Amino acid sequence: MGEPLLRVEGLRTIFQTSKQVVTAVSGISYSVDAGETVGIVGESGSGKSVSMLAVMRLVPSPAGRITEGRIWFQGRNLLDLNPAEMRAVRGKDIAMIFQDPMTSLNPVLSIGKHLVEPLKLHLGLTTTQAKTRAVELLQMVGIPDAANRLNDYPHQFSGGMRQRVMIALGLSCNPKLLIADEPTTALDVTIQAQIIDLVKRLRREFGMSVIWITHDLGIVAGLVDRVIVMYASHVVETASVDDLYEDPRHPYTLGLLSAIPRLDAAERTRLTPIPGKPPDLSNPPKGCPFAPRCGFSTADCLSEKPTLREVAPGHFSMCHLELSKQAFISLREVRVNA
Amino acid sequence: MPDSNQPLLAVEDLKVHFRISKGFLFGKKVGAVRAVDGVSFAVERGETLGLVGESGCGKSTTGLGIIQMPRPTSGKVLFDGVDLTQIDSETLRRTRRHLQMVFQDPYASLNPRLTVEKIIAEPMVVHDLEQGSAVRERVRELLHLVGLDPRVITRYPHEFSGGQRQRIGIARALAANPSFIICDEPISALDVSIQAQIINLLKDLQEQFNLTYLFIAHDLAVVRHFSDRIAVMYLGRIVELANRSDLYDTPKHPYTRALLSAVPLPDPKRERQRERIILKGEVPSPIRPPKGCHFNTRCPLAKTICFEEAPEIRDFSGHQVACHLVQ
Ligand SMILES: Nc1ncnc2c1ncn2[C@@H]1O[C@H](COP(=O)(O)OP(=O)(O)OP(=O)(O)O)[C@@H](O)[C@H]1O
Ligand SMILES: Nc1ncnc2c1ncn2[C@@H]1O[C@H](COP(=O)(O)OP(=O)(O)OP(=O)(O)O)[C@@H](O)[C@H]1O
Ligand SMILES: [Mg+2]
Ligand SMILES: [Mg+2]
Repeated sequence: MGEPLLRVEGLRTIFQTSKQVVTAVSGISYSVDAGETVGIVGESGSGKSVSMLAVMRLVPSPAGRITEGRIWFQGRNLLDLNPAEMRAVRGKDIAMIFQDPMTSLNPVLSIGKHLVEPLKLHLGLTTTQAKTRAVELLQMVGIPDAANRLNDYPHQFSGGMRQRVMIALGLSCNPKLLIADEPTTALDVTIQAQIIDLVKRLRREFGMSVIWITHDLGIVAGLVDRVIVMYASHVVETASVDDLYEDPRHPYTLGLLSAIPRLDAAERTRLTPIPGKPPDLSNPPKGCPFAPRCGFSTADCLSEKPTLREVAPGHFSMCHLELSKQAFISLREVRVNA
Repeated sequence: MPDSNQPLLAVEDLKVHFRISKGFLFGKKVGAVRAVDGVSFAVERGETLGLVGESGCGKSTTGLGIIQMPRPTSGKVLFDGVDLTQIDSETLRRTRRHLQMVFQDPYASLNPRLTVEKIIAEPMVVHDLEQGSAVRERVRELLHLVGLDPRVITRYPHEFSGGQRQRIGIARALAANPSFIICDEPISALDVSIQAQIINLLKDLQEQFNLTYLFIAHDLAVVRHFSDRIAVMYLGRIVELANRSDLYDTPKHPYTRALLSAVPLPDPKRERQRERIILKGEVPSPIRPPKGCHFNTRCPLAKTICFEEAPEIRDFSGHQVACHLVQ
């Protein structure tokens, strides 16, 4: 494949308050190919949402600022665009489903207005055409009786229904890249399955690329081609979905995979939690950000920050140890038995 | 009277309806949310009963109805043989010592103006269990038990992470030495890496103190890991109840089957091969539940009878299911 659809280079984003500077994203790089689906998983507060808001140029300012990096999309650095050029990209070429539907829907606009306006603006539909399309979109995301609900306001919809409106809105203009930030947290698994089915269909039909942020390792397994794992503002591992689940190379990823009970595993094996909590991003540790919670860390890990290195073809990990999953597991057993 | 052969908790035909009214001042009753609409189950001593179902099906309201917050619309809640719906609030207050609840939201359920010590000590003070310096001693002991540093007693809830707050909530629930704890989604607000800590903690406490749990959650893998028997709720009613392996290996109700088939598995190879039951049709409302079986609007198998008569729950050698089509 040639140039990827999206290529992020050395992106750094900070938040400055009167007291301190929080580094939300520490110089991360990744790319997304046309038609590819990338999953982003990671600890709460690790910078998943902020790194995507940066792509949309929607980092809340003045507190938040992109201080370094480039974001290449279809040959242009999005950070060089003026506000009008960026508005033309947003919603049309790149659409984002925000994590919190309550704050991203305008309470004084009807559900219909939310959908109709972008369809007229970006696709040049007439009001009547746009209304018909809006009803179709709401039906696709499973809103019952859609034609009669266009005049409702956001507060008249339940949390799960608002989330589905956001999804319909994200898909409305057939974007080249869809960024979905925890889009199904308020939905039940049966409805979630329906939405994931829909996204897969659009991906197949229109070759849409998708970035899907979630904490659900099951959704990632079933939906994405490649996974990015974030921890404390860093990308700590990235690999194809099969490689990541079969042979996780970063101790945090290994920890995540053994911390969850699974429907497809033997009953009642004791879970292995990750002890401790993530570091304070206003005062990050000198060495590896995961070292204080890592069961395998050495003196090096505490003093020197590892870089993201290729440990197998297409498989990158930010860890001094460069061990395989098997090696980590044997090491853990040796420790437990000692 | 207490009898160790009877179940610790027996819920019989429990209904909790919320009135809804239009207009602010002279609220006219226009209908009711039938949040819990005739639910029966029993929990044996030392057992964990899991309660699953989609958002809004009435799981939390069932838990709250058991502790009489609010008083149920009808039905019985027999705790150690005593019907909680029939006793006065003073007797109830004394009984509540043995029956505690860990609430769904670790952020909203701890009083932000109280120190950790006051929060955890509250049940001991209310029930007059310890006096003077013994209270502080016991708080330290409880903090140690749930894996927190006893020195945190002077701090306030906002100084803790979600996982730590959940531990404070558990310490408070344990303070009065209860025999029964209702855990309402105790881990859903927590980071994946923290969830396992709380699950392991609840299991260890159960072994140590022979606790009985009602474990409410929507995550079916977590519920399987945690429970001996599982009840599946749909729109205010229990549609299936069975022991763990029967429910997960041979689910009988079409809703339980759809639910299990929709849970994403953390295994890319299996996910690609899996057959999913994708439900169609409208999600019904608890204000106007459909006539007949509540699942009939989405059931892929529904027949005429399902739209006419509500199915009774029937017992197939200990595996209970409410579906006309199961033989
Ligand atoms: N408006 C803001 N002001 C100050 N700090 C912020 C702001 N928004 C985010 N941050 C900080 O930036 C960091 C990254 O936040 P981000 O929202 O990207 O996390 P996340 O990985 O999406 O977490 P979650 O899984 O909880 O959604 C966090 O430490 C957060 O506290
Ligand atoms: N105080 C109340 N007044 C009116 N309706 C209520 C009240 N509390 C709950 N309900 C309604 O009762 C139904 C059941 O709610 P409940 O909180 O028990 O659901 P749940 O199964 O716990 O859902 P979740 O998984 O989202 O926590 C819902 O339709 C809800 O909107
Ligand atoms: Mg986020
Ligand atoms: Mg609830």
